[in-house]
Order: sequence, then structure tokens, then C-alpha cells
Amino acid sequence: MINAFTGLWKTSGYFRFGIVAVVFAVVMVVLSFFSPYKPMESYAVAADAPPSLENWFGTTSRGQDLFWQMTFALRNSLAFGIITALLSRIIAIFVGMYSGYKGGWFDKVLMSVNDSFVIMPVLPILLLLNFLLRDQMNWFYMSLMMALLGWAWDARLIRSQVLSLKERVFSETAVFCGMPTRKIIFREHMPYVLPVLFSTTINNLLWSIGMEVTLSILGLTNLNNPTIGVVIFWANQHQAMISGSWWWVAAPVIVTVFVFTGFYLLSVSINEFIDPRTRLRMKGGAA
Amino acid sequence: MTFKHVFNKNFGKYLLGRVGQTIMVIIIGITITFIIPRLAPTNPVELKIQQMMVSGANIHPEAIKAFREAMNDIYGLKGTLFEQYVNFWSRLSRGDLGPSIFSFPRPATDIIMKAMPWTIGLLLSTSVISWIFGNLLGGLAGYQSNRRWTKWAELAANSIRPIPYYIFAFILLILFCFVWPLFPTSGAYDPGMDEHWLDPVFLLSVLHHTFLPALSLVLTGLGAWLLGMRALVSNIISEDYVQYAEVAGVKKKTILYQYVMRNAMLPQITGLGMSLGGIFSGALITEYVYGIPGMGQLSYRAIVGFDYSLIMGVSIFSIVGVSVAVLIVDLLYPIFDPRVRLN
Repeated sequence: MINAFTGLWKTSGYFRFGIVAVVFAVVMVVLSFFSPYKPMESYAVAADAPPSLENWFGTTSRGQDLFWQMTFALRNSLAFGIITALLSRIIAIFVGMYSGYKGGWFDKVLMSVNDSFVIMPVLPILLLLNFLLRDQMNWFYMSLMMALLGWAWDARLIRSQVLSLKERVFSETAVFCGMPTRKIIFREHMPYVLPVLFSTTINNLLWSIGMEVTLSILGLTNLNNPTIGVVIFWANQHQAMISGSWWWVAAPVIVTVFVFTGFYLLSVSINEFIDPRTRLRMKGGAA
Repeated sequence: MTFKHVFNKNFGKYLLGRVGQTIMVIIIGITITFIIPRLAPTNPVELKIQQMMVSGANIHPEAIKAFREAMNDIYGLKGTLFEQYVNFWSRLSRGDLGPSIFSFPRPATDIIMKAMPWTIGLLLSTSVISWIFGNLLGGLAGYQSNRRWTKWAELAANSIRPIPYYIFAFILLILFCFVWPLFPTSGAYDPGMDEHWLDPVFLLSVLHHTFLPALSLVLTGLGAWLLGMRALVSNIISEDYVQYAEVAGVKKKTILYQYVMRNAMLPQITGLGMSLGGIFSGALITEYVYGIPGMGQLSYRAIVGFDYSLIMGVSIFSIVGVSVAVLIVDLLYPIFDPRVRLN
């Protein structure tokens, strides 16, 4: 584990950038617990101040310090994304692994449902749902809904892995030895699926944070709980771009770009590391 | 390749399967939009009445009762759940979504039909441009994988790819409307102009206003197509038939465009179909950010004005629109892939 880490750190610029982004995100999240202001406390600092040594990201028209607000926003957005990714993992793993392993009509039915979910445009459904349930909607229900709508593509990837694993000799041996299906799936096949699972988790995490931002920009979430999208929503509400306080939009945009790019490059570098062809190339052999 | 080659018996089977699946997606999607409002503890009619009461109007209880019944009738909330469901579909088939509350009594369908062309235009032009350029660049990058420019292109593509569409829209907005004001911040054309599509001045104004939103959609998509194509091409060029062609002295251009890219294009076509839903959500916010009068702007107006039939219409039209678009892309597939044509 430590060897893999140092190896990646030495060879991959993507990995180094990714780790820096993760450390940045963790530091922001930890800082949010030591914030001198409450998350949405207004007129705590001078309003509309551009970025300075005192207010690193500037302040909003409602007199909030953007740096401290972003620490809360990042914490809430990440928590939301992680919960959604974990919940949808549960569905994706079960559907993908059982469907791939069992095959037959079971597989056919599940996969046709799966494909419908892959094509289904998620945003319109979420728009309607949040529109009607705005007052009842808390972030947990929302991440549950997002998980119910966002598992399909990953289930397909996992299934395709299991399909090839099923044909391997060790699977047949396990069946002949009388190992129960559940054990074969989770003890024998799971380790092979883990790498795919890891990169799909990061992608799903980014997807769900992005969806939350989309809904927040349209004003469909709890607007008193700062997330990256909520900060942008308030900036739009106060016409930040037109009145000239561009930093109000720039702060969430820069943080998002940094964290999204970092997390994504982290998953790319780990994927490349797992792929044996790249490792060979790194050692100077023929790919 | 003739018409007969493409449309043989196997293609018919493929067509039937895909059309069937699309219909299923549409039915599931629309049924969900039917169920959600009925599961909600507050229905739109009650919300509207609440809103009227809050605004301080002193209304007679009898009037409210009459109003409630009239509204229930207009929004199809009368009768048992099954009757409502049947009624819902029969009204939908006539394109009747009820009047918009925001601009009463204009039908919601009417308003959506006016917004739709903007969204379709933006979506179609940007996804096609970004798909073509991304694949061309990706093909070249995969073929010349040891050149310096491919390393930079890969780095740029990898950094852009995870950034959501609307975040990119904000970046361009800050850079080119604020820091270096080259483009207008909002609207689809100069204020005070009439929509005369044949007038060159109007067209130029539209191009000027929509350039940045289009660019933000094209650039974000470009990264993903480039990386996908590069990976596919670098796998294919190590195959025997390509090396044989190289040894046989076939021109490099011919190898790249006709031997390698043609094969690599197939998964990319599937990818285009799959990504349309995502591009659609991205375009919605981009439109809203740049104030283009399409579906994105409309959703925002509907949400703020609590316009139930309008938001319902936006959801239903989007589900149908995206599913049909995906179907059309998928039906192009056999034209490029001889294997699908044969079996």
C-alpha cells in the first residue's frame, strides 16, 4: 500500500495534483469547524469587499466572508456527494454482480431496467421532485433520490467485469466445491471489481455534487444551508456579475474547478496504475 | 453502401428493439412525473390557494371551494387515481398540459414550444461540433502518441473533462464579459430587436450573444471525446491489420482515417447517445446563466413563479426529447458499423 503510494507519487503528476486537492478539501472541511462566523450569518464583515489579505476570497453583498462560507459549502457538498455515492454503490454492486453472475432471464430483465435508467434524463425528474417537495426535502432524501437515479451506468460496468470473471477457472472450481453464490460473488469476485468500483465512486461523487449544484442554482434546495450551488445561487440573486463583485462567483467556481479536477485526476492516475500495461511502460518494457 | 444494405431484416429487428426500449423509457419517465405530484403531501392546487390566502386577499370560502374544483378539473386531479392516469395520457396525447399560471391563460405547451428551438439549436450545434473536433483531435493524438503536442492536449483534456458545463460557463463569463468585455453578459440578441431570422443584423446579434455559451459547451465536451478517441485509437493501431497495412505501404492518411478511426468511431457514437442527457442538463444551466430564452430560463421562471403545469411540461418534454434524440443517434449506428448490419 505504502509502496504503491510512493511509486505513484514519484511517477505521476496527476496523482500528486490529486493528493494536493484532497488535502486542500480536507483542510477546508476541518477549518469549517473553527469558523469565526455562523454559516449564513450576514453583516458579520464589511459588505462587497474584494479579495484582500483580511478576506481571502472577498466578501458578499450580505456581509459574509466568502472564505469561511466556502469551508462550510465544501463540507456540505462533499458530505452530500459521499453519501449519494455510497448509497448508489449498494444498488450498483448488487445489480451488477448478481446480474452478471446469474445470467439468463434474471440478467435480461435487470439489464433492460438498467438501460432505461441509463438513458433516462435525470434532471427533469429531479426538477419536478424538488419543485413539489421543496419544504419536505432535506439533503438525505435528496441524496437517496439521486442514488436511486444514478446507479445504472456503474452497474453495467461492474456486470461486464463479472461476466469475464465467471468464465475463469477459479469460479468453476468454487462452484464445484459447493461454495454458495453469495460467497463466490463477495469473496471471490469482489477483489477484482474493486478497482472499477473505486473510479466509478469518484465519478459518481462528482456527478452528484454537480447535480446538487445544478438544482441549487435554480433555487430548488434548502437555501439556508450553504453548499457550492447555494453560494452561486445567492451571487446570482444579488446580481453579483452585473454589480461588479465577480469574486462572489469566482470563489465557488475556483474551489469547484480545483476539487473536481483534482479528484478526477486522482482516479485517472490510480486507474492507470492498476492497468498492467501502463505499469510495464513505466518500467521501460514493451506495452 | 445502398439503402437495401442498411435496411435488411436484421436491421429491422435492431430497430424494433431500440424503438421499443425508447417507448419504455418514455412511459416509465412520464409515469414517474405522474406519480411524484400525487405522492407529494401538498398538491399544486392547494399550494396556489395557500399562496392566494397569504397575499392577504379576503376570499369567500364558497369562492375558494369553486376555485378548487375548477383548478382540480383543469389540472386533471379529479376522480380515482386510475381515472386520473388515463385522463393524464389522453390529455398528453393532445398536447394539453393545462394553462400556465405564470402567464395565464396561455397554454403551457405553447410557451414550451417557443423556448424549445433555442435549446435544441444550442444543444445540437454544440454537441455535434464538439464531437467532431474531439474525435479528430483524439484520433490524431492516438496515432501520434509520442509527439509533444499530444502530451499537452491530453493534460488539457484531462483537466477540463471533470469540470461541469455551467462552471465553465461562469469561467468564460468572468473572463470575457467582465475582465475583458468582448461579449454581452445576457440575452440571446440585442434588446429591442424583433425575431426576424432572415435579417442578417439579427443573425449576427444572435451569434454574438450565443458564442460564449456555445463555446463553454463545446470546450467541456471536447475533452471527453478527445480522451475517449485517443484511448480507442492507441488500442487499435497495435492490431495486426494496421501493422500489415503499414508494412504494405498504405498511405498514413488512409490508414488513420479509413482503417483506424472508422472502427474507433463506433463506441463514440454510442457515447454520444449516452451523453445527451448530461449535455441537456448542462445546457439548461448554461442557458440560464447567459439569459438565453430556452428551456433553462423557462424552468427557472416556472420554479420562481410556482407554475405547476409549466414545470410539468418542461419535465415531460425533456424526457421525450432526450429519449428520442438518443434513439436517433443509435439508429445512425448501423450506417457506420457493417457488423450490426449483418447480424
